[in-house]
Amino acid sequence: MKRNKTLKTVLALSLMATVMTSCSSDDDTPEVVNEEEIITTMTVTLTSADGTATLQSQDLDGDGPTAPVITADNLTANTTYTGSIQLLNETETPAEDITEEVEEEADEHQFFFGLSGSLTDVTYTDTDEDGYPIGLEFELTTGDAGSGTITITLRHEPTKPNDGTLADAGGETDIAQTFTVTVE
Amino acid sequence: MKYYLYVFVIFCSSIICAQDCNSILLGEIVDFHDNSTLSGATINITGKNLSTVSKENGKFTFKNLCDGVLELEISHPECTTKFVTVTINGDTFSEIRLEHHLEELSEVKVIGDVPKSTNSAQENILSVKDIERNSGNSLGDALKKIAGVSTLNTGGNIVKPVIQGLNGSRILILNNNVRMQDMEWGEEHAPNVDVNANQNISVIKGAAAIEYGGDAIGGVIVLEPLPVVRTDSLFGKTQLNLSSNGRGGNITSSLTKSYKSGLYIKAQGSYKKLGDLEAPDYILSNTGINESGLSLNVGKRDFEQGWEGYYSYFNSEIGILRASHIGNVDDLINAINSDVPSIINDFTYDITQPNQEVTHHLGKLSYYRRFEGFGKWTTQYDFQQNRRFEYDIRVGDDADKASLDLKLTTHSVLTNIKFDAKEGFDLKVGALGRYQTNFANPDTGVRRLIPDYDKYDFGLFAIGSYELNTDWTLDAGARYDFSRIDSKKFYRTSRWEERGYDVDFADIIIEDLGTQLLVNPVFDYHNFSGTAGFHYEINDKDHLRFNYAYSQRAPNPSELFSDGLHHSAARIELGDLRIKSETSSKLSASLERNTSTWGYTLSPFLNSIKDFILVEPTGVEFTIRGAFPVWSYRQTDAILLGVDASLHNNWSSKIRTDHKFAWVRGTDTETDTPLINIPAANFTNSITYTNPKWNNFLVSLESQYVFEQTRFPDNIEVFSPEQQENVILDINTPPDAYHLITLNTEASFTLKNKNDLTVGLSASNLLNTNYRDYLNRQRYFVDDMGRNISLRLIFNY
Repeated sequence: MKRNKTLKTVLALSLMATVMTSCSSDDDTPEVVNEEEIITTMTVTLTSADGTATLQSQDLDGDGPTAPVITADNLTANTTYTGSIQLLNETETPAEDITEEVEEEADEHQFFFGLSGSLTDVTYTDTDEDGYPIGLEFELTTGDAGSGTITITLRHEPTKPNDGTLADAGGETDIAQTFTVTVE
Repeated sequence: MKYYLYVFVIFCSSIICAQDCNSILLGEIVDFHDNSTLSGATINITGKNLSTVSKENGKFTFKNLCDGVLELEISHPECTTKFVTVTINGDTFSEIRLEHHLEELSEVKVIGDVPKSTNSAQENILSVKDIERNSGNSLGDALKKIAGVSTLNTGGNIVKPVIQGLNGSRILILNNNVRMQDMEWGEEHAPNVDVNANQNISVIKGAAAIEYGGDAIGGVIVLEPLPVVRTDSLFGKTQLNLSSNGRGGNITSSLTKSYKSGLYIKAQGSYKKLGDLEAPDYILSNTGINESGLSLNVGKRDFEQGWEGYYSYFNSEIGILRASHIGNVDDLINAINSDVPSIINDFTYDITQPNQEVTHHLGKLSYYRRFEGFGKWTTQYDFQQNRRFEYDIRVGDDADKASLDLKLTTHSVLTNIKFDAKEGFDLKVGALGRYQTNFANPDTGVRRLIPDYDKYDFGLFAIGSYELNTDWTLDAGARYDFSRIDSKKFYRTSRWEERGYDVDFADIIIEDLGTQLLVNPVFDYHNFSGTAGFHYEINDKDHLRFNYAYSQRAPNPSELFSDGLHHSAARIELGDLRIKSETSSKLSASLERNTSTWGYTLSPFLNSIKDFILVEPTGVEFTIRGAFPVWSYRQTDAILLGVDASLHNNWSSKIRTDHKFAWVRGTDTETDTPLINIPAANFTNSITYTNPKWNNFLVSLESQYVFEQTRFPDNIEVFSPEQQENVILDINTPPDAYHLITLNTEASFTLKNKNDLTVGLSASNLLNTNYRDYLNRQRYFVDDMGRNISLRLIFNY
């Protein structure tokens, strides 16, 4: 009986000792995480016979508090532009080209274009392995001079085929960016 | 092995020389704890046909005994039988101490009143029957039976209890006397508890039970396994539940072997599998659950000392509603405005992303010892490890990688001494030491939502209760807690500056990585709590309880450190390093009446919380993915005022009605606006018919009416890129009131032993009503669960 009690006391004390010692051991510095999937920059290059115009949205802190910086060159009225989209992760050095990833998984991605004002028409000029549009390559037509907006949305896992509207496509938004452009 | 019972025998031998077989044994039976004398004890001399009963003063005598050693068997209706050896050497006096507090040994009262943990606080106990009926549900669902308890849901199977309007870190869950450490960090962290492993569940509303922790501003939920009867026996119980909604069920089985010596061993296991749940009109895609639990208890409960070893394992894989995973604020606007979810797939048992997988290990060693005329010393060491994976919808190489991978390890040591030697006065003092470490695995490739940290806790408490007279019991307690949180966290430089931390916390930066900063916040919190109250027994039937509790809670890591996009919630969550402890002052009263025909409980409360910590939508932030609503933590002063009421009436021996009402009103007193996420008033009525002659047949019909929450903070205005204009995001408007009907029936049958098989059939949401609940975060996306018919079989052996 006596021995039993002593044993329990020793056990309890040694457990306490274990806990107390384990308190002072940890001093590790955590490893930094640089997000891999993040898209910080979308550059839309629009080429016509007259030259090249660029639309860009750059959000270097990702989901941080700083809003994306949006720039848009002026476009020429009544012109058809050949457009292409490039996506970058600039939190890494050198920057990672996310465009390649979208190309590789083209069947799981699609860009959607919403137009208003002097921007009149968009047609897809690329397709995935199943023959459905992707939107990395497209043609954009401008109307008369004025101003217009183009909203570019990248969805992953959309329903394919779809009627070209976001509502019909579903999926998850990777990018949703509106550019206001002056057409002259 | 002989069952030795530890005995203290005091000899007061006389010097008179006596003849052989002419000696007198004079004995006295006293209570072990407070030395009061016990009358009516039967004393037998084993091996001889001699017996007597102790008198009013506890004394007894045997005459004409021979010198030598005798064994006495002493039995008393309220005590355990005890064997004592006495050496007779002439006329002999012997004092014999009996254990008189049976309920404390938890040996006999398997059925009947469960002792309450507090005197003056509002405390409700869930019956074994209620737990059995909820065997297929979560802990939160089971607790809803109690007036004033509601739930906060972030999924069909992710359910957190809300007590009198408060949830999360403000509610402490004790699983077999071990404080669960796993559910504090966010709404989607539900308690990892197998409701079937515990058969005594009580809820203490408010912080009155400061023995368990001073920070339980909302309340304490105590889960305990059923006490083991001290006899030689082997018994078990198996329970099977099958549910139509989710098209699955669960099975739980336990086996207990006990010995008269007090030794016992108990093993319990359970398994649960449900596929997608269903709303009345559609399938709630990806809401399945896969859960398994195992627990093992070994111990010895003896008169003077006892020990216990306990281990439990719990694993749960839970799907998160597919439609609740959205891209940006436009998706959220669309989801809120749409009646049907964006994604409805065919029924499946498969759980895909988004989902979570949680494993919880819990181990405990405890020991107690009683000292005569003094009290009882208890000490305990416990260990917990919680591993949590949260999976999001990710693409490319990361598709199957967890977005969140946390490992939380906790060691605790606690010890207390209960002084109960003086009749009518109990005092318990104790101390606690705890070390906790959290590791957030960087392999996820996602910035940590909860950083790495070490947390140290130290607590001291004293509680006492004093029986002034037969009518009045007073109780009071005080507690001091020290907590230190030592974290290492990366902040984006832009966030660090936006929050103004570069001004206030410049000295805690330990490394500058350009776009990110590594900081080392170390925060100390000194928290005090105190409680005082009384229990007044007006007469046999009427009781009045009154309690005041003052308590302080240190902020949890999510309140301090949250920073960034919470993908599965599609919101940016921002903690604040400046958040300090919140302080609650709660007054609660309870008036009860209980007669054989009817009874009621009326419990109003007023909880004034200074520096109340809350998270609410505050605006939007723009990213290249679009705009996201921002939910920020802030502190304010708040008042919660409410009442829980219940009434029952036995119309005849067979028909009984129960009525329950709970209402709480929460106000932010700084801005004079309603508090967010306060449960709506609800009113439950039920009628039960029982007939013991028909195999204990029972049928009950319950109606639950949940009012619309009319007090809520304003909605926020956000810019919708899709619509190119500011729109109102209807994120705070509560859904309409709803009414649900539940039917339950059961009967018991005899297979081998009396009534060893119980068969029950229940239907919840009988009318398949479409409804949404204010405290369910899925309310933006889908209707709540539709009709569920479940069959349960309980077999005792």
